[in-house]
Amino acid sequence: MGTHNYNFTEQFEFTGKAKTLSIIAIVIGIAAIGYGFSAEALHERTFANLLLMAYYFACVCMSGAFFLAVQFVAQAGWSASILRVPEAMAKVLPIAVIILLIVMGAGLYTHNLYHHWHADGLTDPSSANYDKLIDGKSAFLNVPFFMGRQVVFLAIYSFFAMYLAKLSNNEDLEGGLNSYRKSFKYSCIFLVIYGFTTPIFAFDTVMSLEAHWFSTMFGWYNFAAMWVSSLATIAIILILLRKAGYMSWVNNSHLHNLGQFIFGFSIFWTYVWFCQFLLIYYANMPEETVYFYKRFEHYEFWFYLNLVLNFLAPVLLLMDRDNKRHENILLAVSIVVLCGHWVDYYQMIMPGTVEEHHAFGFIEIGIAVGFVGLFTFTVLNTLSKKPLIPKNHPFLQESLNHHL
Amino acid sequence: MNNIKYILGSFGDPDEMMHGIDKLQENNIKIHDVYTPMPIHGIEAKLGVKRSRLDIAAFFFGITGTCTMLTFVYFAAAYDWPINIGGKPHFALPDFIPITFELTILFCAFGLVGSYYASSHLFPGRAPRVMDLRATDDRFIIAIDAKENTDHSKIDDLLKEAGALEVKHNERKYISYE
Repeated sequence: MGTHNYNFTEQFEFTGKAKTLSIIAIVIGIAAIGYGFSAEALHERTFANLLLMAYYFACVCMSGAFFLAVQFVAQAGWSASILRVPEAMAKVLPIAVIILLIVMGAGLYTHNLYHHWHADGLTDPSSANYDKLIDGKSAFLNVPFFMGRQVVFLAIYSFFAMYLAKLSNNEDLEGGLNSYRKSFKYSCIFLVIYGFTTPIFAFDTVMSLEAHWFSTMFGWYNFAAMWVSSLATIAIILILLRKAGYMSWVNNSHLHNLGQFIFGFSIFWTYVWFCQFLLIYYANMPEETVYFYKRFEHYEFWFYLNLVLNFLAPVLLLMDRDNKRHENILLAVSIVVLCGHWVDYYQMIMPGTVEEHHAFGFIEIGIAVGFVGLFTFTVLNTLSKKPLIPKNHPFLQESLNHHL
Repeated sequence: MNNIKYILGSFGDPDEMMHGIDKLQENNIKIHDVYTPMPIHGIEAKLGVKRSRLDIAAFFFGITGTCTMLTFVYFAAAYDWPINIGGKPHFALPDFIPITFELTILFCAFGLVGSYYASSHLFPGRAPRVMDLRATDDRFIIAIDAKENTDHSKIDDLLKEAGALEVKHNERKYISYE
């Protein structure tokens, strides 16, 4: 146990290349959205992409809050010195939530999203459009209840995210154990709510695009995806900060822990994905297999790419202990996993919206780049507001001495 | 004096024992091994213990399990006695992933238990061999090969200086539980 001379007031300066690049990325995103809305035929595709990235953005941010809560509830010591990164992600959640709600609201209003269950005459028996299945589900899938659920869930997540960040701020100012105890209590409450509501959130946002089909695994499948992509994001931010000369206290053992998390939850994602796939494949019932039928007809390449990026790559590359501790390998795998989950969301959302007219062009890449820029800009901007280390965290010494 | 095979320094406190290791290493005395009743953080690095190859063994045991199950399933379901199940191909891979996974884990677990027994010379019917019984209870033992390091009185002094409660000169390598 050595003594350390770390600068506890070290703050991130958000200037230079990071700022320029993220602003350029946002401009590219806006251009892509502008291009997408320039032609009537592209509207649905643009909306589908906006939903994809807004959902991805919100999921990564709320999993940042989830990461905080897990660390508090587990009373984890190793992570104390890196908590400012997920905290910055959690603080960006309200922005992500507003964007997601706007995209969903606009999509519903213009009938570009969720038209499978939201269209004229679907629940009217005398109409030519009448759909018995949708009528049966209309008590749950109707616009006021749907948007109401979204607003309530996302508001709760945002409240807890902001409150945990605020408690950590209080801890910096006052010291003592009060903030930590409160964080523990609120984290417990948050985890219970989060665990029960994220599946419903995923059912609403993504699964209801194809409202005839349903899968009870879908919620956990999405939870696994959002959690592992958030872990990969945390790893990327930490490694890049370290390369830029910040956070010198983050050592290989912290990376090792994050690597284990990414490795483990990539396998968890595959496990849940496979649970959903195998049961449908084995039972072979038409109302269920229609989901994979669509994906095999028009998305076969994406379907297999998804497994390669999200299962084979992290498992084979992160299995070795030395690779988890190696900065550049972990960075590369994290980027692969992030791209992989874009592919994952892509083949969750596209078959239910644009169906066989999917494409991979300027709209897809531009909107993805735009949201990455927005995320980078907002998170780094938030990160630069506070010191990079929670100096009064009770487990800080344990984290600084972390060694595996 | 000439029959002494091992010198054991018995410590009551892990920090003192770590200090003892430092002292011995400063004087270029090679340490045979260290026995402690609990894991001690960082002791492998200090003693220069090589990294365990158990993980590599685990990987190969696992792969063996995967191959065994896939081969068996192919033989049983597609070659020896093909049955049409739900119109699927005889060798429908997704169906057999769960059992393949299970056998991977099983081979891996059994293989590792076997490797552990083999490398620690500990298996059913064999009396466990220890150098000092109290290393399994409340003492931290540093063992030094007395044939290689001939200056016994110096070793005794260094151990006592570092806080050893007791220094033993053993004429046998192991004492057994029997």
